Amino acid sequence: MFDTLQDRLDGIFTRLKGRGSLTEKDIDDVAREIRTALLEADVNVRVARSFIERVKERAIGADLSKSLSPAQQFIKIVNDQLVETLGGTTGKLTMSSKPPTVVMMAGLQGSGKTTASAKLARLLKSQGLQPLLVGADLQRPAAVEQLRVLAGRVDVPFYSEASDPVSVARGAMAEAARLGRNVVIVDTAGRLQIDAELMDELRDISRAVQPHNTLLVVDAMTGQEAVNVAQAFNEAVGLDGVILTKIDGDARGGAALSVKEVVGKPILFAGTGEKLQDFEPFHPDRMASRILGMGDMMTLIEKAEEAFDDDQKAKAEEILREGTFTLDDFLDQMQQVKKMGPLQNVIGMLPGIPKEIKNTEIEDGQLNRIEAIIRSMTLAERIKPDVINSSRRARIARGSGTTPSEVSQLLKQFKEVQKMMRGFGGMLGGRKKGKKGKGKGPKMPIGGLPGLPN
Amino acid sequence: MEIVIIVAVAVLVLVGIVIGLRVARRPKEVLPGEPPPVPVDALAPPVRAEAKAPAPVVVEPEPEVVEKPRLRDRLGKTRSALSGYLKGVRGHTVDGDTWDDLEEALILADVGVPTTTRLLDAVRARAKDESVTEPDAVIDLLREEVMALFAAAPDATLRVDGPGPNVWMFVGVNGAGKTTTIGKLASQQIAEGHKVVLAAADTFRAAAADQLQLWAERSGSEIVRAQEGADPGSVVFDAMAAASSRGADLVLVDTAGRLHTKSNLMEELKKLRRIVDRTEGALKEVILVIDASTGQNGLVQARQFAEAVDVTGIALTKLDGTAKGGIVIAIQSELGIPVKVVGVGETIGDLIPFDAAEFASALFEDS
Repeated sequence: MFDTLQDRLDGIFTRLKGRGSLTEKDIDDVAREIRTALLEADVNVRVARSFIERVKERAIGADLSKSLSPAQQFIKIVNDQLVETLGGTTGKLTMSSKPPTVVMMAGLQGSGKTTASAKLARLLKSQGLQPLLVGADLQRPAAVEQLRVLAGRVDVPFYSEASDPVSVARGAMAEAARLGRNVVIVDTAGRLQIDAELMDELRDISRAVQPHNTLLVVDAMTGQEAVNVAQAFNEAVGLDGVILTKIDGDARGGAALSVKEVVGKPILFAGTGEKLQDFEPFHPDRMASRILGMGDMMTLIEKAEEAFDDDQKAKAEEILREGTFTLDDFLDQMQQVKKMGPLQNVIGMLPGIPKEIKNTEIEDGQLNRIEAIIRSMTLAERIKPDVINSSRRARIARGSGTTPSEVSQLLKQFKEVQKMMRGFGGMLGGRKKGKKGKGKGPKMPIGGLPGLPN
Repeated sequence: MEIVIIVAVAVLVLVGIVIGLRVARRPKEVLPGEPPPVPVDALAPPVRAEAKAPAPVVVEPEPEVVEKPRLRDRLGKTRSALSGYLKGVRGHTVDGDTWDDLEEALILADVGVPTTTRLLDAVRARAKDESVTEPDAVIDLLREEVMALFAAAPDATLRVDGPGPNVWMFVGVNGAGKTTTIGKLASQQIAEGHKVVLAAADTFRAAAADQLQLWAERSGSEIVRAQEGADPGSVVFDAMAAASSRGADLVLVDTAGRLHTKSNLMEELKKLRRIVDRTEGALKEVILVIDASTGQNGLVQARQFAEAVDVTGIALTKLDGTAKGGIVIAIQSELGIPVKVVGVGETIGDLIPFDAAEFASALFEDS
């Protein structure tokens, strides 16, 4: 629904085409577009302002390298500045030299503290630590029960008592000593930062357990409010880090930038899904491209580089240049892509793919069937599927444990794919002619390839 | 089996990216572009696998006294906090800075850039036509524009008509405040003389049913619940049956929080709606619960949930903080979905009917 910054800046620079240098007004126009992009991503309006000042400074001294268009240069400057501001992170907690290390979670109601607590416990446990989960949210009905259940699921001991949050926290420290646990994770009640009484309570809990890590849990969907929240919690209990939750949605996550600017401490982890293992160290570079609406390209590039070795790259290039894509190539490349993780996640990271497709459930079973069918073909059949007649089809179906009609369907659909290949060949040609990074693939009809089976 | 095409295209796009890197030989400077769009087809994603549900249990709790709602004083907090931003505007003549300040105030309230621009353009045009030069008068115009927006909204009351069962479904992303909103509404509806059954159809989040059960006890509602991981559809079905057999006229369905981007979970939600729809005319409201601190993603949420289950209204929660909930202006403006109730605190009484005029005034009035 939002134009990407790339589109916006392309628009400006097309207007400016043919002019040698940028005037101050041009730079202001560009700054305004960057501001809009940041605001649409929910970066706080004041944070955006100071951020853009820094971008401008950088832009003025920037080396006008010829390899990039002005739009791309600006995006690169903005992107670099974003990554720098979001900061590096190791995804590591401060460990106390005298165990237990205490972690206290804080945040608004519904930001995801309880789930994040359990996910963090699971992560630490997998790193060989012995966490204790503490339910000190006595406010929300059944919050303690929720954490107790989650603790059971991640197989980590749990402590709570029906008293008051400060006593729970104190009791937890004694329990940790008794059980010899070396990390204590205290889940606290959600509270509004302007609720003086509850903020006092948080201070009391903090005083009682002396946390080595006070982590603010922030929903990635948060708007302008993120700044006020971060400021108030930081003033009240002194934050050491941030956990950004629900980034598996499609919020652009500008709140991350706002919070980072205010708190000045690293964003340590990100919640990436409903399952308890969906919890990762935060990646500033990915967040930057996301705030700019550019998809999760960095992750993708990283993963692609890992998955494809040089031989594979050469082979892939040949496929694209020749525009020939056989079932054998398909099988081959599919194996490489599978190394990048579940295909569903990989597709989710591709930019420019319609949401309907990103959301399509792709099950391993379906992939295995496709593989099985192709593997049941002879090499000649894979290269020239036209030779497949009904008896060959029956053989392939038997060999792969599928039905002849499934085999036909696969062949029919693969033909459509081959038709689309021409476009890809063109894309490579374009890049070779020096339009690298222009960023526009060939236009292909959306939803209307002729004869596509529905 | 369109899956072949999707997989192949994904593979090819990736190959394209890899080649891009190779040809560029400077991966750090490769800027992301847009690969070609791929065909969209009728893709029917499978619904999340459902565990076998044990028979839901009906629990009858004790009623509890309901507090009187406190409307004005609660909304006042929002009012004064917001108008603070506009203080800077007053006392000068209208100039470029005035418009910048107004824009900043609206954006800080999460109204969003497009809606803010549209509102201010309209106000600017009127200010010019009517030769308005006083900042206060400009603010009045702005308030009128927002009020006009809400005035066009359909009826904002929650519908209960006929002996029932009348069903209200509550949907939204994780952590929006669905369960709490239902708890408060149940208390209020019981105070108004309705007999209420709560359907604990959030069988996914750990202890969600326990949380709702506590609300059932506080409010004096009945609750139908099943084990964790059970089929939420069976809970809805049983809750409606329980309501019929016990003569309850209102069923409040608590669904699991879900991100609107998860198509399988959105399919599950559609299925829940279909189950309610089997009893013709039973479904009176589908309420989207939105946290007041939500930013621009709120509009995307509203659009997606509306598409999936045809949302009839919005419950705006946690408005007692300094968050302004301005995203509902964008939602009203773009999608025409009215706000029906507003959550302004932790207690049962702290859920108040949304008064459009009051909300619009609150945005721009000094307290």
